[in-house]
Amino acid sequence: MANVKSIAELRADFPILSRKINGKPLVYLDNGASAQKPSIVIDRVSDYYKVENANIHRGVHTLSQEATSAYEEARRKIQKYINAPLEEEVIFTKGTTDGINLVANGFTRGILKKGDEVIISEMEHHSNIVPWQMACEYTGAVLKVAPINDAGELIMSEFKALLNANTKLVSITHVSNTLGTINPVKEIIELSHANGTPVLLDGAQSVPHMKVDVAELDCDFYAISGHKMFGPTGVGVLYGKKEWLDKLPPYQGGGDMIKSVSFEKTVYNDLPHKFEAGTPNIAGGIGLGAAVDYLEELDWKAIHIHEEELLAHATTEIKKIEGIRIVGTAKNKAGVLSFVHEKAHHYDIGTIIDQLGIAIRTGHHCTEPLMNRCNVTGTARASFAFYNTKEEVDLFIAALKRALNMLL
Amino acid sequence: MQSINEISEELIEDFELFDDWADKYEYIISLGKELPSMDDADKVEDNIVKGCQSQVWLKAKQEGDKVVFEADSDAIITKGIIALLVKVFNGQEAKEIVNNDLAFIDQIGLKEHLSPNRSNGLVAMVKKMKTYALVYSNN
Repeated sequence: MANVKSIAELRADFPILSRKINGKPLVYLDNGASAQKPSIVIDRVSDYYKVENANIHRGVHTLSQEATSAYEEARRKIQKYINAPLEEEVIFTKGTTDGINLVANGFTRGILKKGDEVIISEMEHHSNIVPWQMACEYTGAVLKVAPINDAGELIMSEFKALLNANTKLVSITHVSNTLGTINPVKEIIELSHANGTPVLLDGAQSVPHMKVDVAELDCDFYAISGHKMFGPTGVGVLYGKKEWLDKLPPYQGGGDMIKSVSFEKTVYNDLPHKFEAGTPNIAGGIGLGAAVDYLEELDWKAIHIHEEELLAHATTEIKKIEGIRIVGTAKNKAGVLSFVHEKAHHYDIGTIIDQLGIAIRTGHHCTEPLMNRCNVTGTARASFAFYNTKEEVDLFIAALKRALNMLL
Repeated sequence: MQSINEISEELIEDFELFDDWADKYEYIISLGKELPSMDDADKVEDNIVKGCQSQVWLKAKQEGDKVVFEADSDAIITKGIIALLVKVFNGQEAKEIVNNDLAFIDQIGLKEHLSPNRSNGLVAMVKKMKTYALVYSNN
């Protein structure tokens, strides 16, 4: 790998980090919602539109071939990055939500029958709950929910007990966006496979913090959002094992996903195009390839240590503040610190520290059932990326203290 | 009783006195703390105005051609802004409420709090206030 950059050098790669908010330097701690983009990604998207833009897979002219080449090269980059065995197992989507809906749609039309079961967990994001509710409503299948303990960890004995002969799919988040919990996905996959059940992992919050190896995990589906892994918005990836993607019917109909069309019979295309109808977010896909290039150069060991230190520092400092309760205290966490205060409302906290340039997220984080489980109406959440610093954490804590002074 | 415009003008003048955001927010917070809380008995499903970030409750009653409002929120800043809205609209003529464009909120510099993407319940509450006023103005 190329020269190892310091955090300061990495920060310089992200133009937005030098912005001022309300006259104060931006302290961006909302990476769980969306990550910032390095210049290499911004420039790649811009250059695509300046020099290469044309529709892909359809043309014979040079521009079209260049665009297609760049797009398919991005697919191969992503394949290599997540260690997917086959190129055609990497489907471009609009994001994690789109990827999960693709699988849910396929299961609705091709797999699930009345009485079948789908297991999700209590900590899931709405995008990994609602598509399955819809699938179960339509097919008569039953949604089972694996419970968590008070620390926000899956209770593995309860999960095991839910697996039975009717379980057709387990769909679980790799890392919780609200709690930061890293789930024991290898164990979940082993148990599920032993039960003959495939597993979909929601990888929206994991990929920004770690290298993921889908072959080693042996997951059947892995859904990723481009914009959370420092790539453009509106693009993502669904990895699916070929045997599963072949089983599922196409998600959307249209151009590109067909081999031939007539009013008597239409023949669908092979993977990956079978699941890629219409003109995709070409610039987004190519930009995501550039993001992968950027991430490949990082020292992930060093980043892991840095992020652990950030989270530990933030956790230690916030615990010193009277009235604060941390929501999500799993033994294994990545990049997320959610908290509530016994008297101050999360909305008030977020509003005031925004005036000081600190960006966090407040509310239910699209995990309403989890909020009910944790007995809160919402939390304030600071979510980190490798470009955040200890100094930023200190600014956040100082702002939080000031906000509490004003509110109490 | 002062008119909507008179009250709005006073509020705008008050807010002009603030030099920085901290003073402004401290004032709003104090308004929120002063506004009497709604009875728990009134915090029912019918009176909830749902937002993603904070809970808002609104009760309205018709008194002649006027509307009486009572509102509350679990977030103090939201409650402070509610206090401003109640100050301006409480006890006013239904027709006047329906026609008011809330420009004063803009002039006070609190426009972002009433933007839809705040999802703090305030946009929905103002809508509900105007709906009540519209219904009562037709009665």
